[in-house]
Amino acid sequence: MTDSERTARIRQILKDHGRLSADAAALSDDQDLYQAGMTSHASVNVMLALEGEFDVEFPDHMLKRNVFNTIGSISAALDELSGT
Amino acid sequence: MSSAQFIDTAPTGNLRVGIDMVRISRIRESVEQFGEKFLSRIFTPREVAYAVSSPACRDERLAARFAAKEAAMKALRLTDRGIPWIDIEVARESSGECSLALHGRALQHCGRYELALSLSHEGDYATAVVMAQRAAR
Repeated sequence: MTDSERTARIRQILKDHGRLSADAAALSDDQDLYQAGMTSHASVNVMLALEGEFDVEFPDHMLKRNVFNTIGSISAALDELSGT
Repeated sequence: MSSAQFIDTAPTGNLRVGIDMVRISRIRESVEQFGEKFLSRIFTPREVAYAVSSPACRDERLAARFAAKEAAMKALRLTDRGIPWIDIEVARESSGECSLALHGRALQHCGRYELALSLSHEGDYATAVVMAQRAAR
C-alpha cells in the first residue's frame, strides 16, 4: 500500500467516524483534527475503525490525544504498528 | 445588615477539575457498530455488568461513565500519557453514590490524588465532573 493509498483510507475513516465539521478530504496532513471538530468519543470510534481497517491494535502507550491529532500523526502511528 | 465573608479561593495548584459531556445516542451507535470491542476497550467488566443489568438504562449509564473517564483524564492531565480507559473505573456504592477508582498506569501516575465525581444525564446528554486534589506529602 502506498502512502497516498493509506492516507486516503485514513481520510475515509475520518469522514465516516470523525464527526468533523470540515471535509476530511480537504484537511491537510498536519491540520488539528480536534480543532476540526473531532470529540474524544469520536476519536475512539476512529481508533476502532482504524484497527479494523488496517488489522492493527493500538497498544496502551499509544492511547494519547497527540497520536490521533492529525492525519500525519495517525499515519506515523500506523507506520510504527506495522513496523514499516 | 450582615457583611459578606469571602473565602480565600486563590488556587494552590493542588486542586484540579475536569468536565466532559457526551451524547447518549452516539454511545449507543458505538456499541452497535463496534460491539464487544468498544465495550472491552473502554469499560471494565464491572461497569459493563452494571450498565447491562438494566437494558433500558444501558446507554445512559455507559455514556455517563465515558464522560467520567474523559473528565478524569482532563482533571489529572492524562490525555497524553497513554492511559487506557479501563484504568479509570466508575465504582458504584450500594448507596447509589459513584466514585472513581484508578488502576494500572493511571494509579501509577495519579495515586496521590483524591478524586470526587458527579454524574448527570438529561435527554440525550450525559455529563461528568471530576475534582482532583493532590494529597499532602
